[in-house]
Amino acid sequence: MRKLMIAAVAAFTMSMGTAQAAGGEYHPDFKEASWSFQGIFGQYDQAQLRRGFQIYNEVCSSCHGLRLVSYRNLSALGFNEDEIKEIAAEKSVRVPHDETGAELNDDGEFFTREAAPHDRFVNPFPNDAAAKDANGGALPPDLSLMAKARMGGPDYIYSFLMGYAEEIPEEVSSQKGFAVNEDKNFNLYFPGYYNSMPPQIYDELVEYEDGTPMTAQQHALDIVAFLNWAAEPELDERKSLGLKVMLFLLVLTAMLYALKRKIWANVKH
Amino acid sequence: MSSPEWNNPVIKWVDSRLPVFSLMHHSTAGYPTPRNLSYWWNFGSLALTVLIVMIVTGIFLVMNYTPHVDMAFDSVERIMRDVNYGWLLRYVHMNGASMFFIVVYIHIFRGFYYGSYQAPRELLWILGVIIMLIMMGTAFMGYVLPWGQMSLWGATVITNLFSAFPIVGDFIVTLLWGGFSVDNPTLNRFFSLHYLLPFVLVGVVGLHLWALHTSKSGNPLGIEVKQPEDTIPFHPYYTIKDLFGMGVFFMFFLAFVFWAPNYMGHPDNYIPADPMVTPAHIVPEWYFLPFYAILRAITFDIFWFIPAKLGGVLAMFASILVWMALPWLDRSKVRSCKFRPVYKWFFWVLLADFIFLGYLGGKPAEQPYIIMAQLATAYYFAHFLIILPLMSKFETSVELPESIASAVLKKGDA
Repeated sequence: MRKLMIAAVAAFTMSMGTAQAAGGEYHPDFKEASWSFQGIFGQYDQAQLRRGFQIYNEVCSSCHGLRLVSYRNLSALGFNEDEIKEIAAEKSVRVPHDETGAELNDDGEFFTREAAPHDRFVNPFPNDAAAKDANGGALPPDLSLMAKARMGGPDYIYSFLMGYAEEIPEEVSSQKGFAVNEDKNFNLYFPGYYNSMPPQIYDELVEYEDGTPMTAQQHALDIVAFLNWAAEPELDERKSLGLKVMLFLLVLTAMLYALKRKIWANVKH
Repeated sequence: MSSPEWNNPVIKWVDSRLPVFSLMHHSTAGYPTPRNLSYWWNFGSLALTVLIVMIVTGIFLVMNYTPHVDMAFDSVERIMRDVNYGWLLRYVHMNGASMFFIVVYIHIFRGFYYGSYQAPRELLWILGVIIMLIMMGTAFMGYVLPWGQMSLWGATVITNLFSAFPIVGDFIVTLLWGGFSVDNPTLNRFFSLHYLLPFVLVGVVGLHLWALHTSKSGNPLGIEVKQPEDTIPFHPYYTIKDLFGMGVFFMFFLAFVFWAPNYMGHPDNYIPADPMVTPAHIVPEWYFLPFYAILRAITFDIFWFIPAKLGGVLAMFASILVWMALPWLDRSKVRSCKFRPVYKWFFWVLLADFIFLGYLGGKPAEQPYIIMAQLATAYYFAHFLIILPLMSKFETSVELPESIASAVLKKGDA
């Protein structure tokens, strides 16, 4: 009886994860990728996050925002205060008025200042309409939470980035309702297959300074690791605190069990 | 159980005017508890523990949360990123909701198996069902607060259900929304109620405990306490057993918090709410899925006066309200399934059916899932309305032991 009940509870818990994967469209399993931040002891690889930031900064950031991350957060990637100031200062933010209270300068434009470490990452476009206008009507999504906002998280983003294909596989084209879209880009993993963003990941996309091979695959791994950090900056702290808490609970629970045995020693039950 | 004599003059002085110390004594060292409770009896105190954890984390979260459609999502992200240990508070609260339901579902099915609802514990049981209903409302409104895509669309789907009621339906929906769609007024009232209901829960839990301490705990044998040898004091025996259970439970709970905090959530809720974009699949939180399946199973009109939508809503509410009638549907003289050789198996089938409904609730509303959900729903109601009453008539139970003590002591000798 006890075993049955435990099995039932376990089955219920496991069914929760799968309960939400739905939809009939064909997509292959995610591409194999291993992450330093996987597993119980997994932590971010700081060098990888920096490479990923380099890709974001030189490539992605021309279209995609990262509005929930502040420049000061880059200290987690090992940048020092001066470096962060320098990175931030490359962008400018609008200010409501100058010290005289004027809202526009002599050219009739808004006043701006250099971005500072306390600022959030500056969006590439002033607003969504401008972003759409610059991208043929498609809105490049903000990437701050992308690694948490898609089923499969980093594995999905990695597969997506590497999932552009010239040839449309049989499993896809044979599906009812599938139609080739010449205006957009075919991607094996994207829901609906056609994405407005052309493939972005190539060999030697950016120049690494730390000697890491500049293959497309490596670039994709690095940018995804960085995006995962952007979505879950607390991961390192969370897991290391978790280990301490778990160790404490293990010892506490063992002692409570011993005490329980002792108190119940003379009671038949 | 007479009141103890207090020796400390201060305690004595206070207690004779306001008997808090006697009350504490009555509910711990002076509370006689069956000596044979198994670990399935741990889940009541676990549920109370989770409730306290939820209230405490919730109070701190509110200090940093902004209930406005333009700011709610970002204020939650600010908690996650900038508030000291905000990520911990929020992940504990978020997973705590799931833990609450895991614990309470086990507590309820424990009641099903051991006939905990039978006389004289009918009110205790009914209060429990009320607690479950309030919990569901609280959890639903809490899920709306982060104002992600599932918050908005889940709220839209669920509040729309009320429009199925004839005449008053649309009025109720407008009242829930505070307008003509799920929007800022909805978020504000849900926030207010989400803060209020947990304290209502505390009150009903108090009644639940009061009823418990009046009719006393049931036990795995399902026979009443008859003599002093049947019981042991709650403290220290069950305080230590509950504490040990809490240790194990917190390891389970926190494993999710620290290593898989989003496992039981839906990724779409990390996309800010957008009234212009409907998610491909709107799925409620896992703990609502069995009832969601029942809701969607009614795809046909019932006679000419109940349209399918209303039928689904009624079936969903009935699937929980039927629990309240259990004490009168089950006429068996024996409580515990230990002594019910046939009904015992129906219990397991019911559990399997419930889990299956949960699985179907997460699937899209298309064949073959619809017909499966219809069959599973039919069985669910048949269990309570047909099988259970018939069982109590025709089942021959195994002979009950004379008393708890005699059963326990005999087992000890063997």
